[in-house]
Amino acid sequence: MNKAVLSGIVVAGLALATLPWLGVAAFWESFLYLMFHWVILAVSWNILSGYTGYFSFGHGAFFGAGIYGTAYLAGTVGMPFLATLPGAVLVAAALGVGLGAIVFRVARVRGELFALLTLAITFVIATIILNTPIDGGPGIYLIGIDIPKLGPSQSSSLYMLALIAAVATMLISYAIYASKFGAGLFAIHDDEDVAEVLGVPTYRYKLYALAVSCGLAGLAGGIHAVFVSYVTVSETFSITVPLSVVLMSILGGSRHWIGPALGAIFITGLLYFFTSGDFAVVGRAIVGLILVVTILFMPEGMLGLVDRWRHNRRKTAAPAQDHVAAETGAVVRLAPKVAPSTEVLLQVRGLTKAFAGLKALNDVTLEVRKGEILGLIGPNGSGKSTFINVISGHFKPTAGEIIFEGQNLAGLDAHRMAQAGIARTYQIPRPFGHMTVLENVAMVAMFSGKGMSRSDALKAAEEFVAFAGLSHRKHVLPDDLNLHQRKFLELARALAGKPKLLMLDEVLSGLTPAEINEAIEMIQRIRSQGTTIIFVEHVMRAVMALTDRIVVLNYGAMIAQGNAVDVMNEGDVKAAYLGKAHA
Amino acid sequence: MSFPSLNLLSQSILSGIFIGGMYSLIGLGLGLSWGLLRQINLAHFGFVFLSAYLSYHMVSVWGLDPLLTLLILPPFFFLIGVAQQALLSRFRISPFNSLLVTFGFTVMIESLIQYVWTADFRKLHSSYGDLKFTVGGLYVPIPEFLTLLLAVFFAFAVWAAMRFTDIGKAMRAMAEDGPIAAAYGINQRGLSLMLSGVCVALASIAGVCFALTFTLTPTQIFSWVGVVFAVVMIGGLGSAIGPLVAGVIIGASEAIAMVIFAPSWAPIVSFSLLILMLLFRPGRA
Repeated sequence: MNKAVLSGIVVAGLALATLPWLGVAAFWESFLYLMFHWVILAVSWNILSGYTGYFSFGHGAFFGAGIYGTAYLAGTVGMPFLATLPGAVLVAAALGVGLGAIVFRVARVRGELFALLTLAITFVIATIILNTPIDGGPGIYLIGIDIPKLGPSQSSSLYMLALIAAVATMLISYAIYASKFGAGLFAIHDDEDVAEVLGVPTYRYKLYALAVSCGLAGLAGGIHAVFVSYVTVSETFSITVPLSVVLMSILGGSRHWIGPALGAIFITGLLYFFTSGDFAVVGRAIVGLILVVTILFMPEGMLGLVDRWRHNRRKTAAPAQDHVAAETGAVVRLAPKVAPSTEVLLQVRGLTKAFAGLKALNDVTLEVRKGEILGLIGPNGSGKSTFINVISGHFKPTAGEIIFEGQNLAGLDAHRMAQAGIARTYQIPRPFGHMTVLENVAMVAMFSGKGMSRSDALKAAEEFVAFAGLSHRKHVLPDDLNLHQRKFLELARALAGKPKLLMLDEVLSGLTPAEINEAIEMIQRIRSQGTTIIFVEHVMRAVMALTDRIVVLNYGAMIAQGNAVDVMNEGDVKAAYLGKAHA
Repeated sequence: MSFPSLNLLSQSILSGIFIGGMYSLIGLGLGLSWGLLRQINLAHFGFVFLSAYLSYHMVSVWGLDPLLTLLILPPFFFLIGVAQQALLSRFRISPFNSLLVTFGFTVMIESLIQYVWTADFRKLHSSYGDLKFTVGGLYVPIPEFLTLLLAVFFAFAVWAAMRFTDIGKAMRAMAEDGPIAAAYGINQRGLSLMLSGVCVALASIAGVCFALTFTLTPTQIFSWVGVVFAVVMIGGLGSAIGPLVAGVIIGASEAIAMVIFAPSWAPIVSFSLLILMLLFRPGRA
């Protein structure tokens, strides 16, 4: 499907490239030029904003950087036009990376805050350009700039340039969409924190995406500078560019590589028919109306509708009846308790995590031995979840060491922990909502542990989905799974990176007794394959059945550790759970 | 860079404070609907301008007193606000999508204005326009003074209403957690319709003040978006007094930047403040 669209684009590109020699009216050239122009802008915007969900209202700033890059270099410095284009790309990309390097460090700046921040930056850059010799106020004239001959006339040369750039932009957008990098971007879109914990280098990926997105916007700007031939700050940095690209992408479907291009073609065509003569005002009003109607009735865009239809078809095709019990029935066999080695896999020393004075973890020192199941228990609020969040790298420890296979990982980003072989599940499953079960698992195979290529990961994922008994549901979206299946998806996903250490955060909560038995068996099978497990659980039956040793936390401090039965009989532990008797 | 005389500087700061009054009067309704309804209502700016043009029309064409339009327009805009909220809540719009939908509204309002009043500059000429008084050698123009007065009045009125009345308390509960508030018997739908109506009515009041002070042209709608957003976010979402303080501070600092550097440098003040605040205190917004 995608391949067919891809070859369609290349063929259409070649066909359109012959147009200038067929003697069409210059008017059609400039009309198509504008279409290509918007295709580049919308598709490039989508590479950051559609794929990762970081909606930018600052695309005008990067486009403007490109315009002024070329205008300054060609108009003021006097460089040849083509040589200025790499400059325009670089200036825009560098601006984006510089900005992203700061903004992406601040975790809270997402969603509407990111949108408004990028909008504000547009005004700042416009002000700076207006007040410095780059423009200085009167604008820059680019009349008489030498355009290299790519077609029979000046305007057709620009047409050819825009055509090449538009085709290239779409190909780049597809290449990213289909790559491992793209999979990481979509994971950021659905749940950035989980993506990072599962091994996606989110910070770096966002920067790369921003750089590509800005660079292409700069290219569009560079070409457009010569097309308009007179560049002013108020025109360049107007609200039109950011809002049009958002509109086009949403209308077309921003989760798709080709969606924004469709939206751009549609809107440009529509605007053209209305901008002639007295209808310009009506045209703008209609664009506004389309935006309203689109968001209200199809917030995922035209291609989003196609997607939903496809998923619904798969959902009905997949057997609704649950066969998990029958499938796992064959392998129900208690694995023999492996004698855990004395070799230490994870050594935690003096681990402390404070939230503004409150010590959620206070000087915890413990070790996890290779091949064992370590139970981690304690009353609510005792620091179990914080412990998992710190070991998985989601929180950075305030003090202490996390020595994993002889290396201190404390303070590293979460994706480094995942790559080192530490995986976790979430108590409330957090699957990537827009990915199928199989894609969810493949994501982790790609990024956790040693990492795999995209195609290998999809093959490996089949195996883990089967292990979790979800093969019959592998093409549905997580929303269509029940809780029990979502918990097993969570397990399959954690295992897909072949972790050395697996942290299970209350996998049993909310399951029925029969489902709990199933899960206990599965955990034993996971261990028998050599995975070390930290098991956080309130279901004591499971803790007693599964664990080799347990550690008890209370108020963030470790109060006991050792064999399960012994520990549960300790006075401190009883007091923590049941309260102290007043003698 | 040049250092102006003390008198020029204080006159500039004074006019900056008046502009700040305008910022905060526009920002008040915007921040309330963002903080309490979780809707980023870009159409707020459209309503400000629509109200300004209507006020202009009533004064210039029908010959009404500008202050009379201050009484006629708000009820009308209250209904528009109710209607808009009814539509948005019907479709359960997310905060981000509300930004896009209301942008669509704004574009439609802008087109409407351009269609009816054309893109020409319009100036409301009234008997109040040129009135001014002097305090300690500084000129105080009446329209600007009125704007600031109304900004202060409504900021404190909203603050008091939120704090002391039952409806205000119910609104704060609703903003905190809508479903829970509803479970305790708060009429969420009714309250949000009313709040949206109030916010848009505030926009129309700002619009009348705008018409009294500034020359009108439809394309200007978007040039106010950035700075007012900065005021609202620095002042705190859902806060009544915050935007007033932030507006006055930003207005005054812009004025200082204008006299010391050049007028065209002014926008950089508010946006740099906004960017710094987003980066270092993102929890606030």
